[in-house]
Amino acid sequence: MKKIVILGAGSAGTMIVNKLVKMIPEDEISITIIDHSSIHYYQPGFLFIPFGIYSKNMVYKPRRDYLPNNVDFIQTKIDLIDVEKNQIILEDKKKVKYDFLIIATGSKIAPEEIDGLTGPGWKKTIFDFYTPEGAVDLAHFLRYWKGGKMVVNIAEMPIKCPVAPLEFVFLADWWFTEQGIRDKVEIEYVTPLSGAFTKPIASKYLGEIVERKNIKIVPDFNVSSVDSEKKIISSYEGKELDYDLLVSIPTNMGADVIGKSGLGDDLNFIPTEKHTLVSKIKDNVFIAGDATNLQSSKAGSVAHFEAEILIKNLIRRMDDMEMMPEFDGHANCYIESGFGKGILIDFNYDTEPLPGKFPIPGFGPFSLLQETKMNHWGKMTFRWIYWNILMRGGEPPLEAQMSLKGKWKV
Amino acid sequence: MSQKEIAGVTIDFDESGYLSKFEDWSKEIATALAKENGIDELTLKHWEVIEYIQKEVQNGAALSIRKIGKSGVVDIKEFYNLFPDGPLKKATLISGVPKPSGCV
Repeated sequence: MKKIVILGAGSAGTMIVNKLVKMIPEDEISITIIDHSSIHYYQPGFLFIPFGIYSKNMVYKPRRDYLPNNVDFIQTKIDLIDVEKNQIILEDKKKVKYDFLIIATGSKIAPEEIDGLTGPGWKKTIFDFYTPEGAVDLAHFLRYWKGGKMVVNIAEMPIKCPVAPLEFVFLADWWFTEQGIRDKVEIEYVTPLSGAFTKPIASKYLGEIVERKNIKIVPDFNVSSVDSEKKIISSYEGKELDYDLLVSIPTNMGADVIGKSGLGDDLNFIPTEKHTLVSKIKDNVFIAGDATNLQSSKAGSVAHFEAEILIKNLIRRMDDMEMMPEFDGHANCYIESGFGKGILIDFNYDTEPLPGKFPIPGFGPFSLLQETKMNHWGKMTFRWIYWNILMRGGEPPLEAQMSLKGKWKV
Repeated sequence: MSQKEIAGVTIDFDESGYLSKFEDWSKEIATALAKENGIDELTLKHWEVIEYIQKEVQNGAALSIRKIGKSGVVDIKEFYNLFPDGPLKKATLISGVPKPSGCV
């Protein structure tokens, strides 16, 4: 009997554990999954909270409800991952041995990494929306805001869900219009990238939408510090910008225990083989979701496409077979663009987001890199699909690898 | 891929303008690349950064501004001063190493 330990019961860990129990007979493996909290958040929902579209209680469920009954769930913090001895040391110093380890400890914001960000203005005129608390506080602030200059700043890449900040400004444009104060609000999108997005074709397309919505992009801005008394953010290049409301997407980092265990890079993300999802640390350690250092997006869709390939390779490792290099960095993201519309992008390591129809070539019903009502409904339906299909280990009718069918050359 | 004469030798460059082969790199080429990118003189500090970048890349490390800022060679502010406007891009280009893969 082989013992598998999974660290993290978020999107990646939950999908993997549910697929694992379906694929490997119960008498061949035992599975332990460890997480520090009892709550599973639907993280794509945080975006909607500041605008009152979702409330906090619409974005979480008990973790245990989404874990198979025959899996041992330990709710505790982890003190150390000891890959030399194939064991996890828990907060109470108890040891959990494993034959195979899957690390899915995710990423989180680290606002303390930016000088002055968590100073006196934090939660008064500076907010985040990457945590449920941050999103709720921002909702409360926005409800009574009379207008002014809102700066949305991405501190540094990589960030979880790289399109979320764009969605935020699109929704803000819509929401301020609904409130009748759009003419009293200036929106600035301040990013370290040289445009609206990382990849040229999507960046151009999205950049045009940003402009049409009267949102100003400030590119190539690498924030060095925030002065919340003067309400100014400064960049390493020596530029300064003033704000009335700062919505920050702070530095994203992997879990602290990754750093403490000496497994990560300078942001606590774990070096991972880009096509097999085996860690570069040891060959019985696999990495899933945001915890990797891969150049794929940190997003639930990526974790979902990874899950299938990771499990295949885990089984092959148990059987002493070679690893299959099948993961192509596939990501598939709805971008909410406000006024009941949305955009969809589908891409991987090598192919940037292109226009077209998805998932059925020439038909859709979704349109790639175009703004449609159907895409918006795709996004709104996704919460149901997340809880009822994906987190149960089920499969929507999509291949793990990206397909060029239905995409147009531009 | 394209060829270009620089510092008296003809070498291959990739589509982003980076050296195709690190073996082609020399201090003379670095100086010429620096000039092309608006850095008139490579100081001792510049060379320390270049050496650090080359060593890290040889060891297979992924480079970032943050990593260089924590290297002990320079802090982030100094790094921006040495290689203004896109320090990571410029410094890696002058060091003759591949372009750091951007994040999605």
